[in-house]
Amino acid sequence: MWKTLRPAIVSFCILSLITGILYPWAVTGLSQLLFPAQAEGSLIIHNHQAVGSRWIGQSFSDPRYFWSRPSATSPMPYNGLASSGSNQGPTNPALIDAVKMRIQALRTADPDNRHPIPIDLVTASASGLDPQISPAAALYQVERVARTRGLQVTMVQSLVTQHIERRQGRLLGEPRVNVLELNLALDGLSHSQ
Amino acid sequence: MTTNGLLQITLLMGVLFLLVKPVGEYMARIYEGNLPTFLRWMLPGERGFYRICGVNPEQEMRWTDYALAVLCFSLLGTAAVYGLQRLQGGLPLNPQELGAVSPDSAWNTAISFVSNTNWQGYAGESTMSNLTQMLGLTVQNFFSAATGMAVVIALIRGFARHSVETIGNFWVDMTRSTLYILLPLSIILALALVSQGVVQTFSKNTVVQTLETTTYDNPTLDALGNPVKDASGNPVTVKTSTHTQTLPLGPVASQEAIKELGTNGGGFFNANSAHPYENPTPLTNFLEMLAILLIPAALCITFGKLVGDTRQGWTLLVTMSLVFLIMLAVAEYAESPGNPAFSTLGVDQTVSSLQSGGNMEGKETRFGIVNSALFATITTTTSCGAVNAMHDSFTPLGGLIPLANIQLGEVIFGGVGSGLYGMLIYAVIAVFIAGLMIGRTPEYLGKKIEAFDIKMASLTILIPPLLILTGTALAVMTEAGKNGIANPGAHGFSEILYAFSSAAGNNGSAFAGLSANTPFYNIALGLVMFFGRFWLLIPVLALAGSLAGKKRIPSGAGTLPSHTPLFVLLLIGTVLLVGALTFVPALGLGPIVEHLTMIGAH
Repeated sequence: MWKTLRPAIVSFCILSLITGILYPWAVTGLSQLLFPAQAEGSLIIHNHQAVGSRWIGQSFSDPRYFWSRPSATSPMPYNGLASSGSNQGPTNPALIDAVKMRIQALRTADPDNRHPIPIDLVTASASGLDPQISPAAALYQVERVARTRGLQVTMVQSLVTQHIERRQGRLLGEPRVNVLELNLALDGLSHSQ
Repeated sequence: MTTNGLLQITLLMGVLFLLVKPVGEYMARIYEGNLPTFLRWMLPGERGFYRICGVNPEQEMRWTDYALAVLCFSLLGTAAVYGLQRLQGGLPLNPQELGAVSPDSAWNTAISFVSNTNWQGYAGESTMSNLTQMLGLTVQNFFSAATGMAVVIALIRGFARHSVETIGNFWVDMTRSTLYILLPLSIILALALVSQGVVQTFSKNTVVQTLETTTYDNPTLDALGNPVKDASGNPVTVKTSTHTQTLPLGPVASQEAIKELGTNGGGFFNANSAHPYENPTPLTNFLEMLAILLIPAALCITFGKLVGDTRQGWTLLVTMSLVFLIMLAVAEYAESPGNPAFSTLGVDQTVSSLQSGGNMEGKETRFGIVNSALFATITTTTSCGAVNAMHDSFTPLGGLIPLANIQLGEVIFGGVGSGLYGMLIYAVIAVFIAGLMIGRTPEYLGKKIEAFDIKMASLTILIPPLLILTGTALAVMTEAGKNGIANPGAHGFSEILYAFSSAAGNNGSAFAGLSANTPFYNIALGLVMFFGRFWLLIPVLALAGSLAGKKRIPSGAGTLPSHTPLFVLLLIGTVLLVGALTFVPALGLGPIVEHLTMIGAH
């Protein structure tokens, strides 16, 4: 028995140190050296203060801002400590009610907008922290944002166009717009007016 | 399916097929002990390591000793992960000051990570300290993968050798898998992921000032931490507002890399690879999908190399790829049109240059439909179980694909090691069926397949369905089982069926609405994961031992060649037939009924 136990215990301990301590430590060291900003969470610094991360979305409900996707995290949306999707099934009545309420909220904030609503704007993301919306979802909100801020529609529209990220390498993923970055740029635009 | 979607899939498969040959041949050299020159400097260290362990690397094991070593090593791992979780409150590297994990959850997680399942009943960011994540979970990501690889190499030796009693040395196979294959690949992948934005730090979580103040209903908790309910049973809430957000940090990339490469799948965060800090860009998503497929696919080439006939390896790889593409096509087709229940609500679900459209509930914008369905197919044909979208919110047929992939035994690429040994078992069954049809003794790779071999192969194929179907039946008959259901109707049954399939197949993905962090599910699924892993390893190793002892017989006119398109079809037929006969009734009660309800209502 000792013939099996000894290699089990000793190899377990040594390889644990290599893969569980040395490996993450080495990767952390190299990451901090090579990619310090990314390794620490890609923070967005605004007026010397961290206002968020490029990769973690924030909740917006003011009509003056572009809204992010619905978030299923609890107790508040976009809770960084509780990433989660809704896990509602496609035939669950609760999902259909939730989508109806989200449509209602968007229509109330922008009663004259009769365009069909892009689907990502009324469905909860997988992580509850999705930093992005589709270009269609951003363009859908342009008129509301322009009106509530007293800006020209074309100005806001061109700001959105500037913020459209194409597929990576023109091929991978989907086109998208980072909501936090767009809203920060929007505030910058309003201030400079 | 858009042109871009097709291109993305083609690119992934293209890069994979470019990599399988060099990686597969590299692994073959490692296991033959013929290290490439750039690794020779590590040899003295490796020899020293064996000396401290009391292992003679030249001394090989019979299958019984090999199995004993696997079990011993795995039980030790289970005890260590359990202990770390229970004691983490008093141990270092715990910046969030998290307390001990409950005993049933700790047991479940320990088995889950040791068995390469990585089913997660807990939410990582609010449960596990950095020390537990690293020394417990990351370590088992390596060890469980290395164990799977060692076992498949032992089985391959059974085919490659003849008239011998031994099938290799577990300590050597496991150590080499870890040091020469998993570790270097993980370091490269982890750094690539960090460069794109995956976090990797020991800093405390960062608090930021958000642009807008968030108001929300905060549930009131009693002294025990349970939500307070009013007279009509609704939770009591208080209007609360916050203008800060806490960003969860940690050594994520290092765990992410081995999580994919070792087909483990246990995320640092609750949302797994859907979390932007685990998978921030389409490129990280591409790399993660590639990493999941790489070793299982390349092991086919290793197999061909080691049995001395590369065509045998390519045949298995082609078989796997064909079934994979069929499954993928159904998943993409099911998710693209969107949810018919929304068609009258004034929303736009169509695909265009400005949006991905489709069934976007539970999916991330950057991945859209194409990459979500692709990731789901990859993670379940392999035994990975990482997710970049919530399978519970897939359309009924879109969710049927991951479920069916797991139930087919995860032999389409499959887990590192476990996928290939599963497929080799199916190959044995396939030649057996063919042998019955033409009335000749079945043989595979020059080995006669006899009664003992077929018994062992049958055991490996029958145990998972037994675990899945009895487990599901038990859960739907008990209150404790039904209490976990989140979605009403047929979908609720699918959630339970998925949980037991995932556990028995050591996959680890979930229809995550199911509240599985309860004593019932923690214990039941823990047992299913344990038997699903170790009750299969033992017959596989027994088969390896039996094969190694046989004489090699030259192929004759009556031999069924195992490298032809006919064999590919036979193998696909066997896999699909066994899976269909076993699971179609259960699938009929879940996803298929739900699909009919959904299209019937609209």
